[in-house]
Amino acid sequence: MSSPSPFSVQRFIAIVVKEFIQMGRDRVTFGMMVGIPLIQLVLFGFAINTDPKHLPVAVLMADQGAQSRTLLEAMKNSRYFEFVREVHSEAEAQEALSQGAVQFVVNFPVNFSRDLLRGDRPVLLVEADATDPASTSNAMGSLNKVLEQALKHDLKGPLAFLDTSAGGAVDLRIHARYNPEAITQYNIVPGLMGVVLTMTMVMITALAITRERERGTMENLLSMPTRPFEVLLGKIIPYILIGYIQVALILLAAHFLFQVPMMGDLGLLLLGVFVFITANLAMGITFSTLAKNQLQAVQLSFFFFLPSLLLSGFMFPFRGMPVWAQTLGEVLPLTHFLRVVRGIMLKGNGLHETMGHLWPVALFAAVVLTIGVKRYRQTLD
Amino acid sequence: MNAMNNHLVIDVKDMTKQFGGRRVVDHIGLQVRPGEIYGFLGPNGSGKTTFIRMLCGLLKADEGSGTCLGYDVIRDSEEIKLQVGYMTQRFSFWEDLSIAENLDFVARMYGIKKRREVVSQSIERLGLTGRQRQLAGQLSGGWKQRLALAACLIHNPKLLLLDEPTAGVDPKARRDFWEQIHQLAAEGLTFLITTHYMDEAERCDRLAYIAYGRLLANGTVAEVIDSAHLTTWSVKGPDLQKLTLELRHKPGVQHAVAFGSMLHVSGGDADELERSIAPYRKSPYEWTLIRPGLEDVFIHLMGQSQDNFAS
Ligand SMILES: Nc1ncnc2c1ncn2[C@@H]1O[C@H](COP(=O)(O)OP(=O)(O)O)[C@@H](O)[C@H]1O
Ligand SMILES: [Mg+2]
Repeated sequence: MSSPSPFSVQRFIAIVVKEFIQMGRDRVTFGMMVGIPLIQLVLFGFAINTDPKHLPVAVLMADQGAQSRTLLEAMKNSRYFEFVREVHSEAEAQEALSQGAVQFVVNFPVNFSRDLLRGDRPVLLVEADATDPASTSNAMGSLNKVLEQALKHDLKGPLAFLDTSAGGAVDLRIHARYNPEAITQYNIVPGLMGVVLTMTMVMITALAITRERERGTMENLLSMPTRPFEVLLGKIIPYILIGYIQVALILLAAHFLFQVPMMGDLGLLLLGVFVFITANLAMGITFSTLAKNQLQAVQLSFFFFLPSLLLSGFMFPFRGMPVWAQTLGEVLPLTHFLRVVRGIMLKGNGLHETMGHLWPVALFAAVVLTIGVKRYRQTLD
Repeated sequence: MNAMNNHLVIDVKDMTKQFGGRRVVDHIGLQVRPGEIYGFLGPNGSGKTTFIRMLCGLLKADEGSGTCLGYDVIRDSEEIKLQVGYMTQRFSFWEDLSIAENLDFVARMYGIKKRREVVSQSIERLGLTGRQRQLAGQLSGGWKQRLALAACLIHNPKLLLLDEPTAGVDPKARRDFWEQIHQLAAEGLTFLITTHYMDEAERCDRLAYIAYGRLLANGTVAEVIDSAHLTTWSVKGPDLQKLTLELRHKPGVQHAVAFGSMLHVSGGDADELERSIAPYRKSPYEWTLIRPGLEDVFIHLMGQSQDNFAS
């Protein structure tokens, strides 16, 4: 007889079938998987506001005059805005905004300074990514005041005749993009999809192997000719289905309960969901190779869930967090997934923009699953 | 290499396993021939399960070498697993799967051809045709044991490792079970079975006795008994309890143990034993010199090894 192959489709199917049957018999867990998203939807009917500063701004500068530079300087000094790049066309500005690279685009039109000095009330267009209203509202609110003070300082002596009061010398126009009415549910509900998936997917698979070990069935499984990859992957597959059930529930609630728009492509969203679910299941299954018992498995899941909740930009606006927290947040799949869901649902992002946020999630899944396969012990030692 | 080139199904030596610095299995060697039913005996915690787990690659041996079914017992555990059926001490099939689902899972895992047919035949042989959809967790001890054995046999293994297969099973089921074992052995299967029951030990072709991780005796029942060089007297009479207490501390009496209505008094030195019991060899007691049974020998071996460990 030949030695067992490194990966057998048949053994893999055997595990998948077994897991599906066991999942079907475990009514309590199944109920929880459906119940948790519903409870969360109800609980998170409110949002948490904070006051993030240093929001990245792109500037589209078509004017060469001194006044536009003064106003830019004043915005910087307000600490709400940080000019990270200069764009040279409206298209470029749109791309930066939809990718989430910047929160605002400030648009100084041609001859802005000249028109200002003539008293022609030139238009100053500020476009904001208002997907997450909590992170932009304060900055936008401050804008009028900032401009007013800058102009008051600048327009002295012979220019004092220009009206510097709000809405005076400059015609400030703010376009809140993607979520113009600043409805927090628009932001929360799609985000909730990521939170619920993180919470349930990680935990349910974290228990998968520890349960086999605690029930003594692991000894039986290990005495059969099976390979780590078959077991781990086989245990992940059925839960992808559960994940999609949760996603369907949340999408239905988003549509019918909260009237959240769906600007982008549903198929693309479901693809993003697939990558994200896989990443979380991989995390869970890897936890379950580390945990000694089911309690430890649950603890590890929470250890992962809490930073995901706090540092991903779900609880607090991502840009309002200190740099170290943002760096940590960038590692977590939820952070990127939030950008994917919000991007697709609220901004109508396409494949190109979505991919930019999806590959870190895929990378995370691959790395974590590799660790899991390495950690999975073929013996009872 | 395969089993054909090697006469022995199991041929290992110096198998050793430590847990936290304690040698749980201590240089045990074992030779098992094809078609043999080999009994593996020893008190709880003596290392039987650990030894079996090393044989089928579930635990890494710290030391030891040899072959199992012709494969290297240390390196080739994946090959060994394909041809070994291992029945764990504790029922380890999935209690939330039905009988049929458990068998089907095992059949898939081993890549059995004509899987459905094999599974339904197995269910039929089990006598569970009507109950195949019952969950394994709802079965009684005896039925669980039957299911486990059937599952271990699905892939036509050459060697079966059965770890206390009859613990907690009623006498009738135990008898049926052994009948099946003998039948399978006659068909050429080889068995290594751990047990605590003396009647089961006596049904084995050969056996090994281990305590504290060490092999104390092995061979056929007769060989094991002879090698102990034990003299045993059987006593009948009233108030044997009192006699037991009095005899226990006499020189040459290694143990005095009740067997039903009789008392077995044994010792390694026949003459000294005879001198010590002389005062009691009168009415109302009735003394007979008997051939020691397996249990006398095991109690004796246990006592000896305890002394060794104490010193
Ligand atoms: N995984 C383990 N870790 C630590 N100690 C163990 C482990 N498995 C078994 N032991 C210890 O090894 C000894 C032998 O156990 P075992 O092989 O189960 O004996 P038996 O099957 O003869 O009753 C026992 O003292 C047990 O506590
Ligand atoms: Mg045991």
